[in-house]
Amino acid sequence: MTAISDNEPRAAFRLSMLIYDTRYRSLTIQVVAMVLFMLGAGWLISNAAANLAALGKPLSFGFLSQPSGYDINQHLIAYNSQMSHARAALVGLLNTLLVSVMGCVSATIIGVFIGVLRLSKNWVVSRLAAFYIEGLRNVPVLLWIVLAMAIFIETLPAPRAFRGANPSATMYLDNMVAFTNRGFYIPKPVFHSGSWLVVLVFFLSLVGIVVFGRWARKRFEDTGQLLPTFWIKLGIFFIPAILFYFIMGHPITLDYPALKGFNFKGGFHLRNSLIALWLALSFYTATYIAEAVRAGIQAVSKGQTEAAYALGLRPTRTTQLIILPQALRIIIPVLISQYLNLTKNSSLAIAVGYMDITGTLGGITLNQTGREMESLMLLMAAYLVISLSVSSVMNWYNNSVKLKER
Amino acid sequence: MKKSVFLGALTVAGLAASWATAGTLDDVKAKGFLQCGVSTGLVGFAAPDANGNWAGFDVSVCRAVAAAVLGDPQAVKFTPTTGKTRFTALASGEVDMLARNTTWTFTRDVDLKFTFDGVNYYDGQGFMVPKSLGVSSAKELDGATVCIQTGTTTELNLADFFRSNNMKYEPVPIETNAEAQQQFLSGACDVYTTDRSGLAATRAAFEKPGDYVILPETISKEPLGPLTRQGDDQWSDIVRWTLNALISAEELGITSANIDEMAKAKTKNPEINRILGTAGDLGGMLGLDKKWAYRAIKAGGNYGELFEKYIGEKTAIGLARGLNAQWKKGGLIYSPPFR
Repeated sequence: MTAISDNEPRAAFRLSMLIYDTRYRSLTIQVVAMVLFMLGAGWLISNAAANLAALGKPLSFGFLSQPSGYDINQHLIAYNSQMSHARAALVGLLNTLLVSVMGCVSATIIGVFIGVLRLSKNWVVSRLAAFYIEGLRNVPVLLWIVLAMAIFIETLPAPRAFRGANPSATMYLDNMVAFTNRGFYIPKPVFHSGSWLVVLVFFLSLVGIVVFGRWARKRFEDTGQLLPTFWIKLGIFFIPAILFYFIMGHPITLDYPALKGFNFKGGFHLRNSLIALWLALSFYTATYIAEAVRAGIQAVSKGQTEAAYALGLRPTRTTQLIILPQALRIIIPVLISQYLNLTKNSSLAIAVGYMDITGTLGGITLNQTGREMESLMLLMAAYLVISLSVSSVMNWYNNSVKLKER
Repeated sequence: MKKSVFLGALTVAGLAASWATAGTLDDVKAKGFLQCGVSTGLVGFAAPDANGNWAGFDVSVCRAVAAAVLGDPQAVKFTPTTGKTRFTALASGEVDMLARNTTWTFTRDVDLKFTFDGVNYYDGQGFMVPKSLGVSSAKELDGATVCIQTGTTTELNLADFFRSNNMKYEPVPIETNAEAQQQFLSGACDVYTTDRSGLAATRAAFEKPGDYVILPETISKEPLGPLTRQGDDQWSDIVRWTLNALISAEELGITSANIDEMAKAKTKNPEINRILGTAGDLGGMLGLDKKWAYRAIKAGGNYGELFEKYIGEKTAIGLARGLNAQWKKGGLIYSPPFR
């Protein structure tokens, strides 16, 4: 190449070549676009800064260390109204993460289930699945959230309905669970001395399950013999921990919720704002996941199934070994964006009074301090970090399951 | 994508802030109407009637300002704002003034850069509970579930009250008064707390108002009044003195019934003459004409008339004058002199 260009008479560089010479034109356009973009961005930022300064509100994040002054009903970490706005934002962030993780897990389970039903050969089942998908996903998720909350508030009894000799509402499961319009109250485990051994044994059996799984797989590859791994794993999961529970003399007890004063006391309180948001988000997002699952499975060529049958594999093992690994390649990228959607949709929490980060940092803190710009910038940064983390984890997983081209 | 959203937000903030610095009086005159921020619906203070016309005690302040500035009390467009959106709406210039049960506090006045133009209702935070709960004092509310409008001073007062009395509570944050009613009526919360006037107005809209009681404790001072953006003193003066004109009118006995007669010729009382523009030119000093206060008072009547019409004892809301009586009758309602 160099030999050829050396021989050519090299024309002197003229300015007009920046426009008319294809070698430079694209570069010119890019530089011009870049300069315009930077100028525009600079203008916006300086304009906003100047106007904020003119209003007497220059950018400052000092408010974050001031006491917040408000209470938050659901806090996963210690919090009271004398703690800082930053702490309140963190409480909100954890609430966002909680509902997002719960939502992603349940949306995946429901989505896969419905997606498989959608492919059922039974006409009624596949139509019902289609009806569910089309019905839910064509209505904005905000309405589902509000609807779920309204159903909880209007149909479930208030705690005071449980009171008196002849209460109009009763608890379920031998007085263990109460469904009220303030949320669900369920028993909480209380750990007494000696309980650590039970917990330790439980975690050891989890490790045991993994070790056993590897051993069984190796044995299968060496000898071709299949073990009933599911039942054995189930046994390892339950039996040692239960055994130690009795050996140590019941070190773990349950704290039952009971009506005291205005509300139920004791046990876990799952607020109906959390449940409404969680259910609405998971059922809504599940429709998209179901479609992704269906598309992923259908995208695997029928020849693959036929080839597996020809080799004598049974239908379940065909699905496990042939179809799913190929379908996952298609499903996972869609799944990533649905997880991100669910996380971002959780910011609709304020509609039901769930105190997520939009409700604390972007709601009460913003309102009480009047720091709109700072609060919104932090809020956007928080969602950006969550989204980028989710997608990097999912991309890592995607890389591990995608076709290895060698 | 993220970046463009961020830049978009910057643009909006930048543009909004640049509008805010223009003279509001000129803006309003050029538009031909007043953009007034009110609550999303609180019977008696600001609520649309069956025909969609906004009416109420707070709304009347907007109408009086519109009458003073533009000569037409109907030349108002109302922007319903929630506790959360109201300050952004005012600071960004989306509304020209806010008349929305807003408590005058130090940080709002100084740090949020607003000017409070007087007080049109002296209020305090109270608690409402169903009678069947059998509670007679707010001190008995330990462990209760409390519905509360988020983004208000009530949220902070509530936290302070329960903390100083060593009681626990479960806050249920709610965006609007209507949602709070739904939760409260279904028993999802034991207590609803907001300013006492708001409680009375909310209770008046219930099917069975008699089944609910407002507890005797008042846990805060809530001076409510109209507010404007800081830095536009002329506009703030107009709003402040329009409210003062309504208050002075009651003190001096100017009513919507006798105002035309009083304004025809000079009366014996020079202050009445100055207010109604038959002597001096107070309006000119504000950048308005001589008849500004006449029109403001004529729009709906004086302070006392507005009070009786919308929230007084004869209405469903049934609020006594109490602190909101004229200073001569033992209340706090007091206008600086017109001279």
